[in-house]
Amino acid sequence: MAPEPPLLSMSGITKSFPGVRALDGVDLDVQAGEVHCLLGQNGAGKSTLIKVLAGAHQPDTGTISWRGEDVTLRSPIAAMRLGIATIYQELDLVEHLSVAENVHLGHEPTAAGFVVRGKTAKASTARLLKRLGHPEIDPGRLVGQLSAAQQQIVSMARALSHDVRLIVMDEPSAALDPDEVDNLFRIVGDLTAEGVAVVYISHRLEEIRRIGDRVTVLKDGRAVAGGLPAKSTPTREVVALMTGRNVEYVFPDRPVSAPDGTPVLEVRGLMRHGEFEPLDLDVHPGEIVGLAGLVGSGRSEILETIYGARKPGAGHVRVDGRALRPGSVRAAVRAGLGLAPEERKAQALLMLESVTRNVSVSSMSRFSRGGWLDRRSEAGAARAATRELSLRPDNPAVPVRTLSGGNQQKAVLARWLLRGCRVLLLDEPTRGVDVGARAELYAVIRRLADEGLAVLLVSSEVPEVLGLADRVLVLREGRVVHRAPARELDEHRVLDLVMEGSPAS
Amino acid sequence: MTQHASPPRDNTDKVPPMGRPPSWRGLFARADVRTLSLLGVLAALILIGGITKPDEFLDTRNLQLVLTQASVIGVVTVGMTFVITSGGIDLSVGAIVALASVWATTVATQDYGFAGVLFTAVIVGVGCGLVNGLLIAYGGMVPFIATLAMLASARGLALQITDGKTQIVTIGSILDLGERDAYVLGVPPLVIVFAVVTIIGWLILNRTTFGRRTVAVGGNAEAARLAGIDVRRQRLYLYLLSGLCCGIAAFLLIILSGSGQNTNGNLYELDAIAAAIIGGTLLSGGRGTITGSVLGVLIFTTITNIFALNNLQSDVQQIAKGAIIVAAVLVQRRTASST
Repeated sequence: MAPEPPLLSMSGITKSFPGVRALDGVDLDVQAGEVHCLLGQNGAGKSTLIKVLAGAHQPDTGTISWRGEDVTLRSPIAAMRLGIATIYQELDLVEHLSVAENVHLGHEPTAAGFVVRGKTAKASTARLLKRLGHPEIDPGRLVGQLSAAQQQIVSMARALSHDVRLIVMDEPSAALDPDEVDNLFRIVGDLTAEGVAVVYISHRLEEIRRIGDRVTVLKDGRAVAGGLPAKSTPTREVVALMTGRNVEYVFPDRPVSAPDGTPVLEVRGLMRHGEFEPLDLDVHPGEIVGLAGLVGSGRSEILETIYGARKPGAGHVRVDGRALRPGSVRAAVRAGLGLAPEERKAQALLMLESVTRNVSVSSMSRFSRGGWLDRRSEAGAARAATRELSLRPDNPAVPVRTLSGGNQQKAVLARWLLRGCRVLLLDEPTRGVDVGARAELYAVIRRLADEGLAVLLVSSEVPEVLGLADRVLVLREGRVVHRAPARELDEHRVLDLVMEGSPAS
Repeated sequence: MTQHASPPRDNTDKVPPMGRPPSWRGLFARADVRTLSLLGVLAALILIGGITKPDEFLDTRNLQLVLTQASVIGVVTVGMTFVITSGGIDLSVGAIVALASVWATTVATQDYGFAGVLFTAVIVGVGCGLVNGLLIAYGGMVPFIATLAMLASARGLALQITDGKTQIVTIGSILDLGERDAYVLGVPPLVIVFAVVTIIGWLILNRTTFGRRTVAVGGNAEAARLAGIDVRRQRLYLYLLSGLCCGIAAFLLIILSGSGQNTNGNLYELDAIAAAIIGGTLLSGGRGTITGSVLGVLIFTTITNIFALNNLQSDVQQIAKGAIIVAAVLVQRRTASST
């Protein structure tokens, strides 16, 4: 008897974006009724892979077959018609519509072809919510009034309102409390019992052990292991697969002696409700301190609160012993703080403007007298700052949007260099920077520290934190779970800490 | 670490080849396609005017009239260009012009003479701008809503002040400014004011930190905030600036019409927005051009004039204006995506 063809089989999937090969010949096969877990570090290609599966990205090469037949997923609608539904981490619900309207968005039950039958929609939504174990959610309520967990249920109800055979869940447990996670797992169990396949993405190994059947591990855009048994593969082996890398980053040497003396940045008892717990932290001139943690561990929130972009619930920040006015970016900038934010394009760059103007924007008063700009000295200073960082092309008159990710990041660093900042807050400095350019950026960051800057670095890439930082704070769910000099930690240990909260061995 | 702020170790004395002031050829190359095409449209309109009504259109008096008419809306458009460049919108400009013009022409105000009228027009404009700015920058209101509310209330107040009557200006020194005797080398004083406002506006937008901040706020307000710019204060100043321009425009209108009316400035907001947009200022913010806005104003005023000379009704004018706005934006899309 010939074996049943897998429900889904993706083979040799390749997908490149400018400067990055996000997927490099990935294979994935999923059987009906199984929970197939996708595991990998940030940037390993998980999101790109599920977007290909959802029809949101078109692969450059590779084939997808569905129940034994080759298919092309030209659009999200095409994927949905086949019975593939995706629940993204960032929920894609319309806040101002009701639960029932969201569930039936795009396929409303109608009379005479266009009159929406609200009662029918509500009734069927109520049935779906009951099946998902949440009969208390009123189909008539606005989605914006629901909790994150309830919104996720609505998202799932929407998936089930189609005739679905495969559901992709992207870190569904990230926003949930433990008992809500239990309910989620019960739902997953019910679905698989009905023959529906689930592709489950999570950072949390213990979840994968509980509900997973098989595991595929992605790393640097490749599937390094396909279809491992989820329950019996040792943690050690999984972590090794996730972290062992083909590309060895080159990190600059650390200074021989640790800096001492007075810290330039002192954080005391800083906290924000629901984001991170009270935090104490010092950074000395010439020192790089790393915060390691997963998405949702509060890393970015901590940096933005130190910078004054978010108002702290309690605690304070001092620079050179002087307390900053809480919640004021301008006070922070004046005191000598500079932030290179996580979302470079949305939070740092003026995309319509030249490199020069992006670099000079925080130091305009230095090139002006009575508000009048001296454009020649502005251009000269911007050029000097970008040259010091070897920004390419060596012409700050070009629009910043034409630069590669690494050079855009250098433009942001040049901004703070020009400003004469003393504490640099780096949030995922190599996000969107291709592998070749990273080593150069690392060298730049280390050189800035050697010249006396204090650097606070946030990254979800553990090797980056370990390779670059002098000291490391490991964060898990808004709490520092471990502090140590970087040379006393290794990647496995940090991954154990960020995923399970306690050392595994 | 001040060593970062200090000039770099080497290469500083080399003048950057791309950053130096452009040569004439460079200037021509940089005079972007958009400005050239607007000039082309204006030239074509002048040609059409000259062919259809050679005697009337090219007559000096007619050209003086066109420029005078362009002056009032032109000054408003300069202020509007700043607001739109910052990602905002000011729907209240027409109503502010009306309110300023009637407040400045009440009998009581006219007792204070020329200076009293000018001062009142400007102060009323700035005051309305202040309210807009405070509501938007510090009250967190959407510019569309805040200025829509100002539109309604300023018009209402203007009607209340005048009771619907035209307020005649009796001050000779004001009326004289509209007479031919006041023309400087054939240029009406109103046009001179327009030119001065334009030049100052261009300089502020292109050569000052204020202009740079305006562009930064419009291009990416979050990035501007995280770069240390006081985004709220900048927004406040921008609506003040727009109000100031409305006050000046109201005074020009008082000179031009010799009166103040609560119906003044009707639909100026639409004309000013349209002129700025066809001039190349992005409605979404982040890019603004005073030159383009002024060309936009001149194009619209010239069309109105040509249509009037050819006895075409205002309904046809409105249709033509609409078509031009659509055509200009489509052309800009094309050129923007090709670069």
